[in-house]
Amino acid sequence: MLLRHTPKEIIKRSALTISPAKTCQPIGAMYAALGVHSCLPHSHGSQGCCSYHRSALTRHYKDPIMAGTSSFTEGSCVFGGQANLLQGISNIFTIYEPDIIAVHTTCLSETIGDDVNQIVQKAKDDGKVPEGKKIIHCNTPSYVGSHVTGFSNMVAGIVKGLAASTGIKTNTINIIPGWVEPSDMREIKRIAKDMGISIVLFPDTSDVVDTPQTGKFKMYPDGGVTQKEMAITGDSKATLALGSFASEAGAKQLDISFKVPFKVLDIPIGLSATDRFIESLSSVAGVKVPDSFVAERGRLVDVITDMSQYFYGKKVALFGDPDQLIPLTEFLIDLNMKPVHMVSGTPGKKFMERIEEVSGDLFKTMNVQNGAQADMFLLHQWIKNEKPDLLIGNTYGKYIARDEGIPFVRMGFPILDRIGHSYFPTVGYSGGIRILEKMLDAILDHKDATCSEIEMELVL
Amino acid sequence: MRKIAIYGKGGIGKSTTTQNTVAGLAEAGKKVMVVGCDPKADSTRLLLGGLAQKTVLDTLREEGEDVELDDVIKAGFGGARCVESGGPEPGVGCAGRGIITSINLLEQLGAYEPKWELDYAFYDVLGDVVCGGFAMPMREGKAQEIYIVVSGEMMAMYAANNICKGIVKFADAGGVRLGGLICNSRNCDNEKELIGALAERLGTQMIHFVPRNNVVQRAEINRQTVIEYDKADPQADEYRALAKKIDENKMFVIPKPLEMEELEAMLIKHGILN
Repeated sequence: MLLRHTPKEIIKRSALTISPAKTCQPIGAMYAALGVHSCLPHSHGSQGCCSYHRSALTRHYKDPIMAGTSSFTEGSCVFGGQANLLQGISNIFTIYEPDIIAVHTTCLSETIGDDVNQIVQKAKDDGKVPEGKKIIHCNTPSYVGSHVTGFSNMVAGIVKGLAASTGIKTNTINIIPGWVEPSDMREIKRIAKDMGISIVLFPDTSDVVDTPQTGKFKMYPDGGVTQKEMAITGDSKATLALGSFASEAGAKQLDISFKVPFKVLDIPIGLSATDRFIESLSSVAGVKVPDSFVAERGRLVDVITDMSQYFYGKKVALFGDPDQLIPLTEFLIDLNMKPVHMVSGTPGKKFMERIEEVSGDLFKTMNVQNGAQADMFLLHQWIKNEKPDLLIGNTYGKYIARDEGIPFVRMGFPILDRIGHSYFPTVGYSGGIRILEKMLDAILDHKDATCSEIEMELVL
Repeated sequence: MRKIAIYGKGGIGKSTTTQNTVAGLAEAGKKVMVVGCDPKADSTRLLLGGLAQKTVLDTLREEGEDVELDDVIKAGFGGARCVESGGPEPGVGCAGRGIITSINLLEQLGAYEPKWELDYAFYDVLGDVVCGGFAMPMREGKAQEIYIVVSGEMMAMYAANNICKGIVKFADAGGVRLGGLICNSRNCDNEKELIGALAERLGTQMIHFVPRNNVVQRAEINRQTVIEYDKADPQADEYRALAKKIDENKMFVIPKPLEMEELEAMLIKHGILN
């Protein structure tokens, strides 16, 4: 038993968090910045922050994640980080030559009160920003919110720093995909393309953190939303923000700056959320949904009906980020499964409201908590009191799954010990089939491995 | 060696009082070190005859980790060893962290080692205990005695009371104690009685009442302590008296801070309304 010290009895805590179901803001900011073409994220703080954020992303995506750091010393902490950031900007543009630097703060630079906006302005005034190059920035104190907040802040920073308008409205739709995998971003672009809709997707990490092995190293891979694309987002007809926690702030900023109306949707995970996404995209763009989508949807519905006996009534415990958990819960309920326990380390009342909305009558039978004390420890305690048939979440769930003997499906961030998430989407109808496949594999592999010899069946 | 920290509201005369008192102690043959914990770096100006001092943090910034004690300590009036922590320019960085860094560095460099045969180390701390950094001199193993410079003005007393709250917090964990209030007179009504009453209520003493005297300003303009500027002036005797009282002080307490209402009531009873 790896987690043998977790007691079954739950005592209400007022302060302690054990194994939080979240991580630092800057990781999100760094990931969002990677979704901009030729952009080098820069961490304004000590080196350790930057190392951790880079390694967490590298472990998840299995691709090298590049970022700069202001390398705070004791002196920079006392005198402020301006000198280091100015020098850093100068070095980065001279040596590493990105088109854009995306600066995010850390707990240290936030606490001493460094004003990044003023420092960036000074870098421009001092001629440290070459013609045509840009610096975008956002604040990411990790004692507020979670990695999702950091992602959201950087998305808003991308809009503030790069969005523009020519004054001539277009039929293009902006889509902010939220914190999803490069495979998911690729799939969203594929869906829009198949529907014949012109979109700007940002941030877009496809072809940035899932790059092909060609034998040649590219510091700045081909992917990412370009400055040119961002410069017309102010002309777009509308913005679709997928997931309120990660994407609404960016969409709002576009509305404030350029009066681009926006609609907040769930990330298209599962049948219902994908239906709403396709319908919204179709109605906002004014195009008919092509027949190919009816077939795509039909395939998902077919798998659901074929395999319904294995899903029906199965109890599921899940943890992760709100924007994923909301549509995933809805999908599980669509499958007649029973979400029983759910935690998310990201705070925000909206999470609970939306979970209640998608769960309906089931909500009162569920254990749901988000925020600081909604940690893996609590989830484990709930599981000890009511054992689910399936656990869904990031890699950190593997200890609970092993101790309690529960089938485990890896979804969310970070996935440190498996691959696939970068390459196979979980959004859209085909993404729905992949989720079903993974859940079935886990449940049935577990059954095959643990059932009695008499119960062992060749055909299910 | 006795380690003493001087706190008090901004502008109350902490640096002036500290340096004049240190001059008194030095004159009496004591070996004293003064550590200025104010980013303005003006805590040793009168002892050194000007802002001649290169601060610990400036040295750290320029020389990196390779700082030597001689780079940052200068001998002032009566052989007093003078150090300025220094700190960031106004509005940037973290002055509190600067104090922590500076005091740690001084300890690493051996500024408090027995070979210097110090009788006293004084920390002259900027203003109120606004954050952990400014409370650094109160931490365990740093200053054991605190003196608060105060006057009969409401806000000075309010600040003194706040500082007492800080002392209570650190007294529980470490050995820091309040040695007394130093009244640096502003010629407020009934000032002596008022501060005496405040001291009594806090459970401490008004260790000395320093009368207002313009010779202090004249000495300051000449970048000198009163004892150096005019050793026969009666004000010089006041500082000698304060130095003697601190030297002989035996009353070290954990203060009992007041509620705001109580403080206001005290002012009404003893102060301006009488």
